[in-house]
Amino acid sequence: MNIMDSSNLLSITTFIYGFAAFLYIVAVVFKKPFAGRLGTWTALAGIAGNISGIILRWVESYKIGIGHAPLSNLYESLIFFSFVIVAIYLVIERSYLNRTIGAFTTPLAFLAMAYASLSPNISDRIQPLVPALKSNWLIAHVITCFIGYAAFAIAFGLSIMFLFKRNYMKEENHILKFFPDVKILDEISHQMIMFGFLFLSAGIITGAVWANSAWGRYWGWDPKETWSLITWFVYATLLHARFMRGWHGKRLAYLSIIGFAAVLFTYFGVNLLPGLHSYGQ
Amino acid sequence: MKKNKVSGDPQNGVWKFFASVKLTVTLLLTLACTSIIGTVIPQNENPAAYFNEYGEFLYKIFGFLDIFDMYHSWWFRFLILSLTINIIVCSIDRLSSTWKIVFSKNISLDIERFRKSFKEEFSGNRTPEELSSLFMPVVSKSFKQTRVEETEKGFVIFAEKGRWTRLGVYAVHLSVILLLIGGLIGSFFGFEGSANIPEGESVRSIILRNTGREQPLDFEIRCDDFNLSFYESGAPKEYLSKLTILENGKPVYKKDIIVNDPIRFKGINIFQSSYGTLKPKEIFLSFTNRETGMIYRQRASVGEEINLPEAFGKFVIKEYSGAFDFRGHNLGEAFMGVLTPLKGDPVEVVLPVHFPSFDKMRKDQLIISVEDSERRFYTGLQVTRDPGVPVVYAGFIVMILGCFISFFMSHKRLCVEVVKKGGKTSVMVAGITNKNKLGMEVRTQKIAKLLSAKADILKG
Repeated sequence: MNIMDSSNLLSITTFIYGFAAFLYIVAVVFKKPFAGRLGTWTALAGIAGNISGIILRWVESYKIGIGHAPLSNLYESLIFFSFVIVAIYLVIERSYLNRTIGAFTTPLAFLAMAYASLSPNISDRIQPLVPALKSNWLIAHVITCFIGYAAFAIAFGLSIMFLFKRNYMKEENHILKFFPDVKILDEISHQMIMFGFLFLSAGIITGAVWANSAWGRYWGWDPKETWSLITWFVYATLLHARFMRGWHGKRLAYLSIIGFAAVLFTYFGVNLLPGLHSYGQ
Repeated sequence: MKKNKVSGDPQNGVWKFFASVKLTVTLLLTLACTSIIGTVIPQNENPAAYFNEYGEFLYKIFGFLDIFDMYHSWWFRFLILSLTINIIVCSIDRLSSTWKIVFSKNISLDIERFRKSFKEEFSGNRTPEELSSLFMPVVSKSFKQTRVEETEKGFVIFAEKGRWTRLGVYAVHLSVILLLIGGLIGSFFGFEGSANIPEGESVRSIILRNTGREQPLDFEIRCDDFNLSFYESGAPKEYLSKLTILENGKPVYKKDIIVNDPIRFKGINIFQSSYGTLKPKEIFLSFTNRETGMIYRQRASVGEEINLPEAFGKFVIKEYSGAFDFRGHNLGEAFMGVLTPLKGDPVEVVLPVHFPSFDKMRKDQLIISVEDSERRFYTGLQVTRDPGVPVVYAGFIVMILGCFISFFMSHKRLCVEVVKKGGKTSVMVAGITNKNKLGMEVRTQKIAKLLSAKADILKG
């Protein structure tokens, strides 16, 4: 057995993300900018490990004669999800020059990776594709969905920050002083939601086109489809609510949190519901 | 006073009701919440199953509310219809003012608006004339449309781009309407059904999914062969049907279909969706005399009575099962037959294909087993027609483009005002936009920086 197979590399990446999250949190709680800078480098190391793990897994799948992109099951999707979260976060960190956001977003990437690596219900074995998944739409569908989910995850982190800052703004709180301004938090989170909404729409669309080419119907109201539509409705509500008076700030932040709960349910919860389709497994 | 009169008009009231974003938000949230029901209660199942699950009372209430097929219920359709009207009315209501901005010939010149918005200011020693020739290339490099106005003490440059992006949001709304129209076309002029075709046979009609009725086709579908392959782990690898389309008995089209690669023929789509086993035509049986060890082999088929050698009598296979249950264990394929000895009563015999010594348990002098049976499959096809698909796909494309335009592109306007004040020249750079104000502020700052560098004057 090769010691450095993709599963091992991704397990190590999990710990690197955990350490990055820890450093970002230390930087915020104990006001140590140095820990934040180290956090950035650690997150970069983590992302390098994450990408290498995904590529290695791809290569391994060809070596054992199965040969498909590593986006076909829950384990692989969680790995990709974490990668996108950290990648988007690092872009935000670079453009807004504020590391406090890292304390609210990198832990999500760590949790997703840890769940993938450690949960006994999730197999990290490379499995061959069942007939239904053998389609070029698989890659487009999974990538668009998870970019969308990752953007919503970051919007969720930002909304939590927004609520903290908004609720305790009047108190002399030294930690909150380093958070970006509420206006900026609101703005980035709005950007993330628009970005996520575009990709969620693209994800639903690619899924519909795929379903039409595999089963002859683009929409069938099965629980997974319906929940993705529910998520779409929630974020569509949020985007429209911004135009209404009295719907700024807090209410939008709550909607963003509800939206992310819908994302999580679409992702994980649907498998608990009665029904025949469990292709997310 | 005039305004009051207008809003008192009931027609106008209805219009206003449907033109409100509040209604949009309410409808979207209601759709989101009610959609959950159908994911918790399985849809379109057998009424008896619902009756057992929920009891008579709840069953009646749910039945009245069409909960068992809620996405096609009157109230869910009503919500979608309301949302559609809401989208159309909102769009028409706002389109006229957007239209005026997008298609007016002149660039807006309201300098006061720029003065009130985000701006950068600096001053220097060069004359306005010098600055004009220095500034124009910088501004027109990032803004397509520019216009210069001479003023008493200097000049003003107005520049803008991306006016048309204001139409992006209407594209998104249009896309939703297209999806709904496509869906309606599909439900009126399309159908969805299935057909199970045994290998070597053909069908001329399919069974509709919703009604269970037969839908005749203009052609015949023949299944020449069905192949099934597995991975080493036992997971299914591929289901393949070799199909031929026949018109007036003549083959006109041939294709091997697998999951994700259907036949599309004259607007009808044929998909690989399932498969099953049929009772085999030929069965090879062996009859062993327990005492002498003599083995006789004979060919049989279901329902055909065969005469056995020695004095064993007659044997007939009555039934076939794809999954024979023996004391709670699934023994797989099995044949059920009746043995009629020359002397004595008929005996029932079970012959599981994968367990040849099963019949030894009968403790008779004769041991019967299945040596081989020709496996026969039927292919399960999904057959659909949906003329609404092109409209839906057009909606998909318009939605993605519309979302991209309305989220990430904006109408940006820039104003550079140069005024001579005493011995100095002061410059104001201001930018306004319809969205992403932060982004525009950064852009304005950048341009101001470029301009002040070009002008080589100190920031004031």
